Amino acid sequence: MEQKHLAQRQTSQSMLIFGVIIWLVLFAFGLHGLYDRLAFDSLQTDMGSYIPWGLWVSSYIWFIGLSAGSFLLSTLVYVFKLKQLEKVAPLALVVALITLIMALLSIWFDLGHMGRFYGVYLHPNFHSAMAWMVWLYTAYFVLLIFETYFALRGSLVRSSFLPGIPGIFSRILTGGRQEALSEEEVRRDRRKVTTLATLGIPLAIAFHGGVGALFATVVARDVWHTSLYPILFLVGAFLSGGALFTGLIAFFWPKRDDYWQATVHLLGRVTLGLLLLEAVLTWAELSVPMWYGVGPEYEELRYMLFGPYGWVFWVVQVGLCTVLPLILLVAGSKSPRMTGWAGILVAVTFLSTRLNLVLPGLVAPELAGLPYSYHDGRLTYQYLPSGSEWQLLAFIISVGIALYFLAVKVMPTLTGRDVA
Amino acid sequence: MPENNFIKDIGEKTGTRRDVLTKGLALGVGLLTLEAWTSQRTLAASGSGQVSQGMAQIPTLPPPVDPWQEDVILVMQQDLKRALSKPLDQRHWGMVIDLQRCIGCQGCTVSCINENKLPPGVVYRPVLEETSGTFPNVSKHFLPRPCMHCDNPPCVPVCPVGATHKRPDGIVGIDYNACIGCRYCITACPYSARTFDWGEFYGDIVLGGPLPYEEIPSLEYGKVWVREAGKSPIGNTRKCQFCIERVEKGLLPACTDMCFGRATYFGDLNDPQALINRVRQNRQVNQLKSELGTHPSVYYLL
Ligand code: SF4
Ligand code: SF4
Repeated sequence: MEQKHLAQRQTSQSMLIFGVIIWLVLFAFGLHGLYDRLAFDSLQTDMGSYIPWGLWVSSYIWFIGLSAGSFLLSTLVYVFKLKQLEKVAPLALVVALITLIMALLSIWFDLGHMGRFYGVYLHPNFHSAMAWMVWLYTAYFVLLIFETYFALRGSLVRSSFLPGIPGIFSRILTGGRQEALSEEEVRRDRRKVTTLATLGIPLAIAFHGGVGALFATVVARDVWHTSLYPILFLVGAFLSGGALFTGLIAFFWPKRDDYWQATVHLLGRVTLGLLLLEAVLTWAELSVPMWYGVGPEYEELRYMLFGPYGWVFWVVQVGLCTVLPLILLVAGSKSPRMTGWAGILVAVTFLSTRLNLVLPGLVAPELAGLPYSYHDGRLTYQYLPSGSEWQLLAFIISVGIALYFLAVKVMPTLTGRDVA
Repeated sequence: MPENNFIKDIGEKTGTRRDVLTKGLALGVGLLTLEAWTSQRTLAASGSGQVSQGMAQIPTLPPPVDPWQEDVILVMQQDLKRALSKPLDQRHWGMVIDLQRCIGCQGCTVSCINENKLPPGVVYRPVLEETSGTFPNVSKHFLPRPCMHCDNPPCVPVCPVGATHKRPDGIVGIDYNACIGCRYCITACPYSARTFDWGEFYGDIVLGGPLPYEEIPSLEYGKVWVREAGKSPIGNTRKCQFCIERVEKGLLPACTDMCFGRATYFGDLNDPQALINRVRQNRQVNQLKSELGTHPSVYYLL
């Protein structure tokens, strides 16, 4: 028994070291991208004036979907009182907060003038879907901070006796409070959380559906200009957020007890349902404009499916993000490990679906003859994310990972550890 | 948005004339030759501007103005003077491009780049080229494409900070110092008329920095813009602004001034006397993607 424990500890330690090395590599790789972005503005990107949005906009909608999805998952507990997920719900809120930060970083780095983002607050044009989005994010950010705080206050007070950083952190957040929350206070906090979570549902649907609408309202882009887009964005958010959370609970929840097993199973079922729904919507998105093989959308989507980057659809989106997770979820429905892998696979490869939503709308010239008129390196219809773009994305991901482990470290109750 | 009643009037007139044409009167289309100009003079002198059935074979150019009296550039300069004497909101700047006269020299593209000191990645007025048919039945078509200065511009409402705006004189402008560089407007323009200043210089390739002429400021919107990292217009969306800073000083836009084929006309769409309105009278007129409801201020003569 002793030996088994020792072996387990050794394995988890070597896993930890391996993880830290991977993270360091990712971070170092990412720092170079950050330097490029800050020192050379947008110069090191492969975007151009005809394909003005690329990897960063796609990763932004990927992250923001993860955030909306995690948040909506937490409302299953805080609004719809689903008991099974009660213990993991605070973690879902923290994940929503972290992925929101990652999304905001992505889109901030994409701006031509990063220093002017405040313009959207000072002189917003509320006719613009983008202005709405920024204001709704801000409201969501504030709401998330308060909701997370009230959801965690009780456990933070309990953690303030802990030694080291977790104790200091908890004492700072609770104003050095010593005595445990009274029952009345606990009830009041719960009510606040329920109210905020209830307000958060329309907010999350509005801002993420709004991101879809940001694209869908553009009459100039045939592929984007469909009422299906906001729905696709929402379902994608539920799916990717749910999948990420499934993976996190499956692999990083410390106690491997029955509760853990049942929770992973439930999350796996939710992910499976959403994956099927997403597949149906993708079919609708592609088959309707392509069925008769004619029209501008047909050409653009054909390029997506059978052009030089067709493998992004077939290998990544269909293979790794849909079929393989489906197999894992169905065949391994009893195995938390398989379910966890399915979740991680969907969450990570979901970037491909985002790329496939953003780029097809931009790849076809809006006027025939444009590619053959005056052109240079930035006036082309070719785009492949540059090394620098990938590096900056790696930086954002490494920041997200660091924030997650930091949060779990300083707030042990997040992962169900008992500190009372 | 200024109401452009005159355009509507013209539309109706064109409609009536089209009816006449369908009744058997034809308008010839010809090459820019002395003979063609002479036939025009005869037609103009006859006072009708319409060709009788018997003359339908004779290749002619429609009578835009009295080009034998004055150079079109000088005529348009007079038009500008008249327009500038009116209050700003009573002008409606517009452009007409005669596709029969365009020879595809791309001189307008280059003069625009020169006027506005445009860097790589930025072009305000490319000349689109299309080849149709197969050898030996091949033909080439050219279509200069400035910003359409739409009266219902899709690029304006999308701008989150209101940097892109419609002016009372019809110009769609960008406030460079307010633009955050999100590029949403680039995606929203159905004509790809917007491009982004990525901060490159033509001299980067050989000198690793700007060539001397690239350090000369541009004067767009009547301000002095020196391209320096982190400062506008680098990091901004840029587009044709009809050289409004020149126009307000009584000069024609750079593209119109230099157009080698005299295919580009510029002026006040609200002024019935302006050449820009007269040249459209006897011609088939088209607007790009008008089905979108953008109401461009740029007209093409077919
Ligand atoms: S052509 Fe494009 S940039 Fe110009 S006004 Fe119209 S929509 Fe805006
Ligand atoms: S790029 Fe500038 S002008 Fe265009 S929408 Fe964004 S802020 Fe407005």
